[in-house]
Amino acid sequence: MKIPEIFEFIRVDERLPHILCPGCGIGSAMNAMVRAIIESGLKNDDVCVVSGIGCSSRIPGYIDADTFHTLHGRAIPSATGVKLAHPELEVIVIAGDGDLLAIGGNHFIHAARRNLDMTVILINNFNYGMTGGQASPTTPQGKYAKTAPYGWTERNFDACAIAQASGAVFVARSTTYHVTHLRTLIKQAIKKKGFALVEVISQCPTLYGRLNRMGDAVKMLEYFRDNTISISQIKDPKEAEGKIVIGVLHDVEAPEYYETYKEIIRRAQAQKHHV
Amino acid sequence: MQLLSGNEATALGALKAGVRFFAGYPITPSTEIAEVMAEELPKVGGIFIQMEDEIASICAVIGAGASGMRAMTATSGPGFSLMQEGIGYAVMAEVPCIIVNVQRGGPATGLPTKVSQADVMAARWGTHGDHPIVALAPYSVLESFELTVKAVEFSLRLRMPVIILSDEIIGHMREVVKLPEEVTIYSPPPLTKSRDEYYHYDDDTNFDAPYAHFGQGYRIHLTGLTHRKDGFPTNDPKIIKWKLDRLLEKITKNREWLHLVDYQDLDSDTVIVSYGSSARSALEAKFEYEQRHNKKIGFLRLITIWPFHYQKLQSLLKNAKRVIVVEMNQGQMTREISRVIKHNAELINVNRYDGELITPEEILAVL
Repeated sequence: MKIPEIFEFIRVDERLPHILCPGCGIGSAMNAMVRAIIESGLKNDDVCVVSGIGCSSRIPGYIDADTFHTLHGRAIPSATGVKLAHPELEVIVIAGDGDLLAIGGNHFIHAARRNLDMTVILINNFNYGMTGGQASPTTPQGKYAKTAPYGWTERNFDACAIAQASGAVFVARSTTYHVTHLRTLIKQAIKKKGFALVEVISQCPTLYGRLNRMGDAVKMLEYFRDNTISISQIKDPKEAEGKIVIGVLHDVEAPEYYETYKEIIRRAQAQKHHV
Repeated sequence: MQLLSGNEATALGALKAGVRFFAGYPITPSTEIAEVMAEELPKVGGIFIQMEDEIASICAVIGAGASGMRAMTATSGPGFSLMQEGIGYAVMAEVPCIIVNVQRGGPATGLPTKVSQADVMAARWGTHGDHPIVALAPYSVLESFELTVKAVEFSLRLRMPVIILSDEIIGHMREVVKLPEEVTIYSPPPLTKSRDEYYHYDDDTNFDAPYAHFGQGYRIHLTGLTHRKDGFPTNDPKIIKWKLDRLLEKITKNREWLHLVDYQDLDSDTVIVSYGSSARSALEAKFEYEQRHNKKIGFLRLITIWPFHYQKLQSLLKNAKRVIVVEMNQGQMTREISRVIKHNAELINVNRYDGELITPEEILAVL
């Protein structure tokens, strides 16, 4: 793909330069998302990009489409309203780990259970970047954060496992190192009818990386390269220990919420009466 | 003619006014509104969705409102507290939507099945920051219907959330009513500007103006951050002030038609001021007093609770020597009324906050 095609989807004139730190992985995730949208054959006015609050949630501001920067944690319920009002729109939620899994955790699991058609891109950089590097639900136990100066005492969430257990029909994971792979997964998620999650493991060299002595962005990307394993390559579960498992982790069919509701509308209209 | 509860009438008013999206979460004493909407919305091709909590409910309503649907939620005290962040967002992003709060006793879980009017200030100042708010308080089943229709109109005209402050008595009592067959509903003027010329928060678009919604190809950006006229965030002090003034103007420039009151005999020395279900007792006390003493007393009922119109109320209460404020809380509206009458009249308040309705006798006792 030629670079200029991406710019069709970016608010170039007024919105750049962006607010992200040098070496941040969120731009790579945004790039993959935009390319996936284009390769899915969607035009600017076919999509609505929704986010919450945080670094990842600033992405919609750069996308030339209908964009909805909602409250902290509330991207998914806000997107629910948009999707039900305009089922023809491709609704894509893009937000971070703190936003989607802590303050928005309840919405996350219930949206997966409800199975309304939307694509959720979770950019997991293991900490709250916007507020300065505090621990999040995905910060691994023992790692350092501004609110975990002696090491994080809590265990971390596996967002993909939660989504799958909650009823998501498509669950996948990639990293900001595997950008082509990531783009393919987002395309599959967009195509999937129902609640689809793509988790993007991303680097935050400014905060999480620095606090945990992980080196610069390149070092962190090399870490992703060297410590991932594709789900298709796992023969013995032991091979995945300590590794980031990438690929399509879960892909099933289940009735989509609005399709089911449309049938309710049809039935209700067939036997109309008033209270 | 129909026998309806206030909650049912609220739901039917919403349907009549073109509300086609409802997101809610069960809570006493508002649940019947959600139940009626769940049954009736699909019949008119609308959407009912039960969300995982009240935060999700208000956010889904905002999402639908920003997408051009007439959208509503209904709740009570604890849920109203949870909705406050969403209400603030709807104010900031200028998204029309309706929030019904069927008041019950508080604080906290309080009295789920008992009446209260203690959310007057929660409606005004529940969400943080300087902001305008509109809240309407019905006092009958028919008015529950009528004010819901009005709330839809107000929210569309002002591009902001409108709160209906009902209460447990109004929500659950049944009256025989004749609902209007047709109602006239405001629609924002059609968009004439092209996408390139359009600014979502252009000057002079804070009320009675066309505005775009998602799905129209205008590529709008909505945010809760303080923003410029194109919707993108700013820290520029001039623009910050412009934005907050723009929000406030929705009220200051429209106070005359927003402020609804009902009154009788205001040339009397004594005036009873009340609203919502308390106003029913107040009106009963007025009639009873007049029969017993053959002397008129004034009655002033606030239909619009917020905005509060000091000048207008000052003028309405200018003849009063004694003002009696009747409300089911510890004096939330009494404080506002005291700022209206200053030292020009004696102020007496009749309050109950034990979950019971104020009786006409309790008001007669101070008359």
